[in-house]
Amino acid sequence: MNKLQERATDLLKGGTVKLIIGFEQGNNKIRPFFCEKPEDAEKLIYSDDCSTNNAVYLTKKELIGDNKIAIIATYKEIASIIQLNKENQIKKENLMVLTVDKDGDVTELTSFEEMEKFCEENTPAPDPVVAALIEKIDKMNREERWAYWKSELDKCIRCYACRAACPLCYCNRCISEVNCPQWLDPWKSTLSNIEWQINRVMHMSGRCTGCGACAKACPLDLPIGILTKKMSTDIKEMLGEGEGGNVLSTFNPNDKENFIH
Amino acid sequence: MEESNNNFEPRIIAFVCNWCTYAGADLTGTSRIKYATNVEIVRFPCTGRIDFMLLLKAFAGGADGIIVSGCHPNDCHYTSGNFHARRRWIVFRNILNFLGIDVQRIRFSWVSAAEGAKWADIVNDTVKEIRELGPYTEYKKVANYLDEEADSHE
Repeated sequence: MNKLQERATDLLKGGTVKLIIGFEQGNNKIRPFFCEKPEDAEKLIYSDDCSTNNAVYLTKKELIGDNKIAIIATYKEIASIIQLNKENQIKKENLMVLTVDKDGDVTELTSFEEMEKFCEENTPAPDPVVAALIEKIDKMNREERWAYWKSELDKCIRCYACRAACPLCYCNRCISEVNCPQWLDPWKSTLSNIEWQINRVMHMSGRCTGCGACAKACPLDLPIGILTKKMSTDIKEMLGEGEGGNVLSTFNPNDKENFIH
Repeated sequence: MEESNNNFEPRIIAFVCNWCTYAGADLTGTSRIKYATNVEIVRFPCTGRIDFMLLLKAFAGGADGIIVSGCHPNDCHYTSGNFHARRRWIVFRNILNFLGIDVQRIRFSWVSAAEGAKWADIVNDTVKEIRELGPYTEYKKVANYLDEEADSHE
């Protein structure tokens, strides 16, 4: 047993936590693992290769209830936990955040200052594929952009995997389920697919941590991750950092624009 | 039948706030200023209430152009509704532009209750601009399942 598994066994045996959310080796890929019994701790591994952002489970009341839990976190999870905390979605006293360094040593991040420091030190390099695609679309003229997105989003089957994968998409009732008024047609159509993505990006504006879980979850490999990515960079340019990251629930009387006359 | 640009009458939907722009448009009328009749005004309690989805619905429903207007900054009846709205439009306009939706067709403006003449100018200007741009068929086609390319499911 490695240090992580030993620590996990101790935590579960001593009853310090009821559940540990971590990773295990699945069929050819790393997958999330929910460890409730000490004897299962040996299945736990540490990897940042998992396409899921495990912070998504932290807002699932049916899963964690009011129990103390631990999460084995990579950069992705920690960035999301920081944002969830800003939005008052996390009970810090019930959550233990564990990271594993390259020597296999387990560290507990006890405060948000520590988590922020961790994120600063471990920020992954920007994905060159994403950056290249954003640049390519930016260079297109408007008609080309419209044609591009129309043909891409036309493929969307509206499975809402992008919504399910995102730790910050936690509304109990999503706008896509609101039927009074029916903002979005519930079936797949180019228009409602485009409208859905606009809604997703608007609701995510300034809050997206750029983990890319939405894009990885998309069964059709649509470039939806670049929408939120592009928005977060642009929002920083246009509105500054914004308190709590959520730019649309607040305002600055000195906001600058050049299109309202 | 496609309308030719010469006799094309743009359909403009205006989303305005009750306290400034709606009163301003009222003043235009009571001042007997003549302006284009292409505009259909939808009155809201505040610009902060204007959901971005309503703009998309207007395009889907056949609007060729949209006007969004409310109280000048610092003049909001509810103190900060227009500040919230301004942020929303900054973000929204950026997203639309990235997706290739024609943001030139949405005119954002501040019109106070005393600016009846400005309201007439804005409507006339917008109608003129949209007349030059022509009908906004791209979005309507998609909304009405008429887009051949998107319908073919290659």
